[in-house]
Amino acid sequence: MAYNYEQNIIKGNVHSLESFGLVDGPGVRYVVFLQGCALRCKYCHNPETWAGGGSQWTARQLFDKVYRYRQYWKDNGGITVSGGEPLLQIDFVTEFFKIAKMKKVHTAIDTAGQPFTMEEAWLGKFEELMKYTDLIILDFKEWTYEKHKALTGKGNDNIKEMAQWLSDHGKKMWIRHVLVPGLTDGEEDLKAMAEFISKLKTVEKVEILPYHALGVPKWEKIGIDYQLKDAVAPTDEEVAKAEELLNVKAYS
Amino acid sequence: MVNFTQWEGFEGRLWQEEVNVRDFIQKNYQPYDGDESFLAGPTEATDKLWGELQKLQKEEHSKGGILDMDTEIVSTLTSHKPGYISEELKDLEQIVGLQTDKPLKRAFMPFGGIRMAEQACTTNGYTPAPELHKIFTEYSRTHSDAVFSAYTPEMKKCRHAHIITGLPDTYGRGRIVGDYRRVALYGIDFLITQKQKDFANCGDGTMLDDVIRQREEIAQQIAALKGIKAMAASYGFDISQPATNAKEAVQWLYFGYLGAIKTQNGAAMSVGRVSTFLDIYIQRDLDNGTLTEEQAQELIDHLVMKFRMVKFARIPSYNQLFSGDPVWATLEVAGIGMDGRSMVTKNDFRFLHTLENMGPSPEPNLTVLYSSKLPETFKKYAAYISIKTSSIQYENDDVMKPVWGDDYSICCCVSATQTGKEIQFFGARANLAKCLLYAINGGVDEKELEQVGPKYAPITSEYLDYDEVIEKYLDMMDWLAGMYVNVLNLIHYMHDKYYYEAAEMALIDTDVRRTFATGIAGFSHVVDSLSAIKYAKVKTIRNEDGIVLDYEVEGDFPRYGNDDDRADEIAVWLLRTFIDKVKTHHTYRNSEPTTSILTITSNVVYGEATGATPDGRKAGKPFAPGANPSYGAEQSGLLSSLNSVAKLPYTWALDGISNTQTISPDALGHEEGERVTNLVQVMDGYFNQGAHHLNVNVFGTEKLIDCMEHPEKEEYANFTIRVSGYAVKFINLTRKQQEDVIARTCHKYR
Repeated sequence: MAYNYEQNIIKGNVHSLESFGLVDGPGVRYVVFLQGCALRCKYCHNPETWAGGGSQWTARQLFDKVYRYRQYWKDNGGITVSGGEPLLQIDFVTEFFKIAKMKKVHTAIDTAGQPFTMEEAWLGKFEELMKYTDLIILDFKEWTYEKHKALTGKGNDNIKEMAQWLSDHGKKMWIRHVLVPGLTDGEEDLKAMAEFISKLKTVEKVEILPYHALGVPKWEKIGIDYQLKDAVAPTDEEVAKAEELLNVKAYS
Repeated sequence: MVNFTQWEGFEGRLWQEEVNVRDFIQKNYQPYDGDESFLAGPTEATDKLWGELQKLQKEEHSKGGILDMDTEIVSTLTSHKPGYISEELKDLEQIVGLQTDKPLKRAFMPFGGIRMAEQACTTNGYTPAPELHKIFTEYSRTHSDAVFSAYTPEMKKCRHAHIITGLPDTYGRGRIVGDYRRVALYGIDFLITQKQKDFANCGDGTMLDDVIRQREEIAQQIAALKGIKAMAASYGFDISQPATNAKEAVQWLYFGYLGAIKTQNGAAMSVGRVSTFLDIYIQRDLDNGTLTEEQAQELIDHLVMKFRMVKFARIPSYNQLFSGDPVWATLEVAGIGMDGRSMVTKNDFRFLHTLENMGPSPEPNLTVLYSSKLPETFKKYAAYISIKTSSIQYENDDVMKPVWGDDYSICCCVSATQTGKEIQFFGARANLAKCLLYAINGGVDEKELEQVGPKYAPITSEYLDYDEVIEKYLDMMDWLAGMYVNVLNLIHYMHDKYYYEAAEMALIDTDVRRTFATGIAGFSHVVDSLSAIKYAKVKTIRNEDGIVLDYEVEGDFPRYGNDDDRADEIAVWLLRTFIDKVKTHHTYRNSEPTTSILTITSNVVYGEATGATPDGRKAGKPFAPGANPSYGAEQSGLLSSLNSVAKLPYTWALDGISNTQTISPDALGHEEGERVTNLVQVMDGYFNQGAHHLNVNVFGTEKLIDCMEHPEKEEYANFTIRVSGYAVKFINLTRKQQEDVIARTCHKYR
């Protein structure tokens, strides 16, 4: 995110645009991938979004582009901001969603929650963003602090806090978990995660995202060593088992 | 006014006073807005017959694509004795009639060109009777020979260099749809009487060219009607009178179509808009209690089985253009009437349901005339069938209806003509990408390295200047449009003379309206090339004679397929410019010029014949098919791509704007219900913007690769995919075309 002081207009750093997103929120979605993320997930399938850069857009420019797709959204589709980590550009996203809500467009954020903090200045901004956000798609990468840190480089106490905050404030959520066999499929962890989720009041959906290796060539392209070379996609049985542990059916 | 007892229970008056099937349909059909739960599965007879036919199809595939060929008999309406799927099972066939005396046996059809008919035999290991050669060279002429005898040297050069390409001068032009429903509704005798009236009424006695020609044509039509009647009689049916019930209606209608495919081997032999019409007969029998839903479905299944069996003997160069043995037995369902009522009937469900009862299939080329205002239940069922079989295409009724009314048929892949009232002269394609290269090289062909176009001043600068390129391109396009129209005029004159479609024209109004269907190849590459010249820097790379053979693009430029107006405006301009230039020329028989952006699988062959283009496409690489954006151009997914195509105004390309898209199932949603809803939403959004056509494929690239490597796997025997304008079994494509399909953008989850 960069400020243009001359016009005092916030610009977003956009990595790429996908006009046809059907799995990142309800219905047909226009997905905006923002640039920049502080996590370093070992299985990340778009590591090219980690650093800054990307093309710069004002919220208005971006909305005008995106709004051309309303024909496809009908009453359930809309816009999803993903990343990277969208909450790193919270002012821009707020501005963008504010315009979208003026046109009654459904808005969703796909986040790992890493920037979340109860610190007052930030939380104030987050509260403002939530006024214009219909759905938060929140990733639980791992359950214990240590494992989360080992997988992503950061702990997850604040992410749990964020889920609780959303629940307390009546914000609708989808919870997602990427399943990597032998890495993120610990039975105890999934049970604990399920227990936590069951106490949240606003969870509409819980999803297992089976790990895939489609992102690996991108790592090679940007010259970072991929650490999960031996990881394989989970079998249907493994997915079914994880879904049962997370009690996925209860939320559909 | 006549009144047949067979019409009991039918409403309306006008259709009884004149041949007017549309009026009959509008007065009698019952719209259906329920769901698919009423549908019946295959009967035992259907399973048996389809099983038998599958065996034959497998045998055909294992024999290299041809099961059997006729080498002795010239195909006419009555040349062959009756044929059945199997002699033992023939009593199970509810609907009968084959092109020859045996299933999948290809007829000998020399009138389009004796050399082609012979070559089709010899390249497949068959030897045609020598007597036939003598007859059609010494005693009589055929269409192709006549065309080539009249071509100018320049025309031959253009043809050879592929700047005008895919011309129907070595194959039947096709694309003429008889109103086969007339046979069922009126019976042959009434139709003969009407044509006799037209004959008596033709001209005022002054014998000018056009009057003489028309009199001869009507006489041929009447003879054809008598021939169709005799052909039906050989199967034990008297079709002189209207059909009495649903079974007869289906059978009578099919005999009409069979007459067409016994006498013509056109590239497209459409069935037309028969679904709603037949529903009226079926519904009458259901209401009378003389037919059950199982029996109704069986009739449609057996009719469709026949359409799945239509075969023609083709030559290798034809198969390169139109791969996978297509016949475009195109058949429409749905649409909305002029009065706003949905034309979806139960029968529209039944036709789609054949893809469940007998599995996926390329033929008939099932086409949904789409509108977002169709009943949701039907839209969902169609989407469900698309996801399951990738075998249907969608065309926007909302843009076609204002032009063609509510009783048009799709006469080939995507082009509309009013049923029984219009025909079109099919015109293949002008290669506009090559035309751009000619503009740059002053008419010198970049592959042949000789002068093919006019010797205009070439561009000599190292970097291309947009304004200079446009100026020269307009001049070269002027020349090309003129050359192209004249070649087509010549072809269609000869086709009328030597290979007149009497059986089809007998089921069309004598006072027929004709369109002149030109076409564009290389569309996306011209658009991106011009955009590159305008927004980036394009450097020419020349050979020692100064001919530009390659280009280097420096910098980024907007590409067609990203909903970026800078590129899309060039696309709209290109279409408009070309059709305007075509319209300045005289077209044969006062036909109305139209154009299409549609290449079928010929994008591969056309690309092979075309040098490198300024958009970065290398020499010989395939064009993008139809109006599709170029490979790799799309940066932000399916809907951006659809939005770009949707900007092309249909009214400027009335022959159709074909768009083929492949979506991976995972990208469409996690589970079936979600996928169906999402696909419907995509189509609503696309067509509501005025887009014309969409081929929908739902499968992943992995499946295609596996099928290419393991075509022998049972599961791939009927694996059908949509390509530009039609459907094919993937195993029947050439390796090159398979690779081309795989290389195309598959929209997947990321």
